[in-house]
Amino acid sequence: MSEDQILLKVEFGGGLELLFSNEKKHALTLPARVPADNSTSPAPSEKETKPLDIAYLIHWLRDHRLKERAELFMENDTVRPGILVLINDTDWELEGEGGYEIKDRDEIVFISTLHGG
Amino acid sequence: MPRLCALCSTQRPILKRPKTGQQICKDCFFYVFETEVHNTILEAKLFQPGDRVAIGASGGKDSTVLAHVMKTLNDRYDYGLELFLLSIDEGITGYRDDSLETVKQNQKEYNLPLKILSYNEFYGWTMDSIVEEVGRRNNCTFCGVFRRQALDRGAAMLGVDHIVTGHNADDVAETVLMNIMRGDIARLGRCTAICTQGEDTIKRSKPFKYTYEKEIVMYAYFKRLTYFSTECIYSPDAYRGHARSFLKMLEAARPSAIIDIIYSGEACEVGEEATKELKERKTCKRCGYIASNDLCKACTLLEGLERGMGNAGITDRGRKQLEASGPTPDGLRTIPFFQMNASTPTDATSSVTTSGQGSGARISPVVDVSAG
Repeated sequence: MSEDQILLKVEFGGGLELLFSNEKKHALTLPARVPADNSTSPAPSEKETKPLDIAYLIHWLRDHRLKERAELFMENDTVRPGILVLINDTDWELEGEGGYEIKDRDEIVFISTLHGG
Repeated sequence: MPRLCALCSTQRPILKRPKTGQQICKDCFFYVFETEVHNTILEAKLFQPGDRVAIGASGGKDSTVLAHVMKTLNDRYDYGLELFLLSIDEGITGYRDDSLETVKQNQKEYNLPLKILSYNEFYGWTMDSIVEEVGRRNNCTFCGVFRRQALDRGAAMLGVDHIVTGHNADDVAETVLMNIMRGDIARLGRCTAICTQGEDTIKRSKPFKYTYEKEIVMYAYFKRLTYFSTECIYSPDAYRGHARSFLKMLEAARPSAIIDIIYSGEACEVGEEATKELKERKTCKRCGYIASNDLCKACTLLEGLERGMGNAGITDRGRKQLEASGPTPDGLRTIPFFQMNASTPTDATSSVTTSGQGSGARISPVVDVSAG
């Protein structure tokens, strides 16, 4: 793996996978530096960049993996309230939430609490 | 310096508790989660040794975790309870049939007897066939009324004293908000009760009343409990959905909001003025279940379905139309007569066909969601 790429695993649970082609597990390779404005389309090179973080990952997942009803995944530039995020099996609230800088081979889990039963 | 668990000061924290803001490790989380439920059970004196208790099990997150925790606490603290799983099959293809597989898995894992009752066997209708008849509007009314009665009847068949359900703190707070927004003060006064019971009736309680949904989901995740999480394929309860989104926004801004709303609900003292409008309790003339008119809601809904007047049980107007359209024809499918206070446990596999004077269960008119 080259140094400017980051390998990570993403997992969806609690029904959230239904928005992502019903695939629970996704192995991703993303650039180590990404546009600071979280835009995920190919960017002009002069754009301001930042290290890959959870906020960017959320935007990237919405733009490139989500298949339906984006409003059930995102709200106000972050995940919708009621979706839990774990970074390497730790509550993202302990890791800086969207600002957490993703490291190579991190595992990020998104779980919806909103589905009843 | 690495952060350490606020409780044991040795392990790395994995969770921020919404109720307290504490950062705690996995072992401490399991311990406080289970112990808080245990304390809730003790404080409310929910059980007596020897009680037969049915866990209302849907295969969803709440009831899956409830089954696990009830089994754990019963063993750890020697409650002396006989536990059962009780599931209702509403007859929703691709939804309930899949979730019941999860319940069957729970049955094996926890070695608890399981009873599944279907709308089809009780009412002669599945939710699929009801939706075909009445459309998606109002179908949740049928489902809610039918489920409540089916759970009580299933409990009577199992000869249990008590049904525990997976309703959690978020569900209770949501119901408080909904009752406020509807101006339903009578229900506001009782919707925070942990336990509903009248004389000679099956008790219902919510051991997760103070347990946050976030922690239930985290508990299931860290314990690797498998649960079923698909939204019902028929129209969801839109009003509750709005209350839920609102509550989740409040929680994001201030996590204690959920427990604070429950506290506000508990602290409300509702005067007699507000509750006197609740109709007098009667016994259904046809099936023996609790009713506020001559027929209970389920019998009215069923008669409407059978006579092709689906909204007969939905609105007062519909019911009057049904009454005006003549007497009930012979040969209509009806619900078997209900005898609530069977003194001896009946054979769990037999169906309820006994007749006689049922005492009528006191069913609180709490707006409950079908928590999982």
